Amino acid sequence: MSEQTLTIDDHDHHDHGPAKGLLRWVFTTNHKDIGTLYLIFSLTMFFIGGMMAFVIRAELFQPGMQLVDPGFFNQMTTMHGLIMVFGAVMPGFVGLANWQIPLMVGAPDMALPRMNNWSFWILPFAFTMLLSTLFMGGGAPGFGWTFYAPLSTTYAPPSVTFFIFAIHMMGISSIMGAMNIIVTLFNMRAPGMGLMQMPMFAWSWLITAFLLVAVMPVLAAVVTMMLMDIHFATSFFSAAGGGDPVLFQHIFWFFGHPEVYIMILPAFGVVSEILPTFSRKKLFGYHSMVYALIAIALLSFVVWAHHMFTVGMPIGGQLFFMYATMLIAVPTGVKVFNWVATMFKGSLTFETPMLFAIAFVVLFTVGGFSGIMLAIAPVDFQYQDTYFVVAHFHYVLVPGAIFGIVAGVYYWLPKWCGKMYDESLGKMHFWLSFIGLNLTFFPMHFVGLAGMPRRVPDYALQFADFNMMASMGAFLFGTSQLIFVYLVIKAVRSGKEAAQVPWESAEGLEWTLPTPLPYHTFTTPPVIEQK
Amino acid sequence: MEHTSDSYYVPDQSIWPIVGAIAMFLMLGGTGLVLNDLQNAEHASQSSSLIMYSGMIILTIMLFGWFGNVIAESRRGAYSPQVDISFRYGMSWFIFSEVMFFLAFFGVLYYARAFSVPWLGGEGDKGISHMLWPDFEAVWPLLTPPNPELFTPIKEVIDPWHLPLINTILLVTSSFTVTFAHHALRHGDRAKIKIWLAITLIFGLTFLAFQAEEYIEAYQHLDLTLNSGIYGATFFLLTGFHGLHVTIGSIILFILLIRVFKGHFTPDNHFAFEAGSWYWHFVDVVWLLLFVVVYVF
Repeated sequence: MSEQTLTIDDHDHHDHGPAKGLLRWVFTTNHKDIGTLYLIFSLTMFFIGGMMAFVIRAELFQPGMQLVDPGFFNQMTTMHGLIMVFGAVMPGFVGLANWQIPLMVGAPDMALPRMNNWSFWILPFAFTMLLSTLFMGGGAPGFGWTFYAPLSTTYAPPSVTFFIFAIHMMGISSIMGAMNIIVTLFNMRAPGMGLMQMPMFAWSWLITAFLLVAVMPVLAAVVTMMLMDIHFATSFFSAAGGGDPVLFQHIFWFFGHPEVYIMILPAFGVVSEILPTFSRKKLFGYHSMVYALIAIALLSFVVWAHHMFTVGMPIGGQLFFMYATMLIAVPTGVKVFNWVATMFKGSLTFETPMLFAIAFVVLFTVGGFSGIMLAIAPVDFQYQDTYFVVAHFHYVLVPGAIFGIVAGVYYWLPKWCGKMYDESLGKMHFWLSFIGLNLTFFPMHFVGLAGMPRRVPDYALQFADFNMMASMGAFLFGTSQLIFVYLVIKAVRSGKEAAQVPWESAEGLEWTLPTPLPYHTFTTPPVIEQK
Repeated sequence: MEHTSDSYYVPDQSIWPIVGAIAMFLMLGGTGLVLNDLQNAEHASQSSSLIMYSGMIILTIMLFGWFGNVIAESRRGAYSPQVDISFRYGMSWFIFSEVMFFLAFFGVLYYARAFSVPWLGGEGDKGISHMLWPDFEAVWPLLTPPNPELFTPIKEVIDPWHLPLINTILLVTSSFTVTFAHHALRHGDRAKIKIWLAITLIFGLTFLAFQAEEYIEAYQHLDLTLNSGIYGATFFLLTGFHGLHVTIGSIILFILLIRVFKGHFTPDNHFAFEAGSWYWHFVDVVWLLLFVVVYVF
């Protein structure tokens, strides 16, 4: 990345603050307000999904049926997955994008501010609809977050109709949010900032937004076909009419695999911002980081069937999807290598964002390794639908996606609210989360390899000890997130004033702005001079 | 009291997004209630369709209000060239998302023709699935589904060389006429814009009328329905969603025509017109693909 000098033209001649009253949050077009709304929404959903995880882990604390009936258990696993994916992780990253992208590329706001508001406000309604299914006759969907046909069509509860429309609304919201980000990044970068001078977080979101616009319509298509099979007597997923239930899985995973990268690429971006700051070095291999992102995104379109090795694909298909999947380890390896190389011989300090970022690198890699194991078709026949899979994707999502969001919040919170958070509380939050999640998910590898199936409320006695450990870890992890809530509220209400650049050697346009941030920033674009 | 920056128009607060979100919730929630009522007629309630229609009405109000704001802002010159570029990128990516939506449906048709139907007929590694319905014969168009008791057989499929061919000609021609209107707009020839745009709209509406006739024919005489197995399902899915897009496109053209009559658009500033014509070309391209893979082959 070339050396840049920043010229800040600071004449905010007609700046004004936010409107008064609560309706400000409803009508707002300000990217900072909308970012805050997204983050609060994400946190709320994180706790609702977390409560469902508590129900799951409480039932699994001991073998035998203790607390809930199996149907309700299935509803909990389904809703936990849907809420965490669509309600917690995705809006969390969109919240970070809303706050940071205009600040990092020197734009006055997002490119389409009214649509930005719409993208957000669809979500509370969508999740109201999804959660309302819990109270409907026949119960909420209990067919798993992947909603395979015919479980989700022929054998679905009546509430599936509302599940479908809720997914439609989430999809519309995501597509509009992603379009906004793409347009902002293409059209509103500060004069002089080329694409290859964009911050890594912006790059990671550009690629993510492309994936969203490409695959959310496919999700909309597949739920539309479900709706037609249920209500209009079609036979897309019924072999009796010439369709195929496996077709559902193909379309779903054509969406689903890019979707899992949608949930991790922005975290790559956050970590690529944090590691250089606290290593006091430039990011190692900027260009290779960008190319790796692009490679991961493109490959994500041709690996979907590794989720369905056991459906009885032709051997040629299995081989193709196995090798294509393993190929993704190459660009991902480049990224992990570059993060480590960024830290190598740096003057490291371990503030909370850095702790989360380092844990991300280590634990995401653990999840990556189990991913390679799962990619090997012949052994995947063993792992399919076991707790090993659960361990794998929780390792990439919890210390991956969730840690990415949390690290980003710690890193940028002083800039957003102008106040520092309590560092010792932050460290406590980190260590309890770190211990809690490893205690929860590491034993799942063992019970999975030993054959414990996923999505079951009861299990054989031999799995008892590890499950009890996992449950205790889950309770620890879940409750320690309350520290985070307390910490954020405390920082906003009574934190110490933060410096303009709270982190030594943090670089980027966002740190050139005054603290606390004015309501409108970069009304005159900063000029970036290339040396 | 919007916040103007030196180079970019950042609109102030707006009521329309939240109105749109509420409308969407009512419309989709109401539709869900109506659909579930149909399956469970005993518990049907009057309010279901009321909720659905109120959502549609609010959505319409929202569209008028929101677009009204944008048009007013554009006409008083609030938008810089950079804002115009944002709209262009936005529309292009929206059309890309629509392409992906249709791609999924074309993918389904391909999968049915290349895999699921031949496999059910005994082909490939999964010839075993032939055991399910041993009398089933894999042909395309698939007139008799594997289980004719659950899914009614088709008597005959639509002949591509009558109505579909006329519709193809109509849509392709309309893609040209909308371009003629665009050229007229760029040269400031307002009489010609109105004529060409009106012709385009008439072609679009005629297309829809023929499509409706074709559907009636399919249901009443050919037994080609949503319930006639994968052929009927993919046929109505593809042509139906395409028809929906022609309907939306026609509404867009109609609004554009009204705006031309009201004296909107200048030779240099007419993004709405271009966006509408992009959308129309997109609908046309989808039809061409559809004509080839759904009707002809």
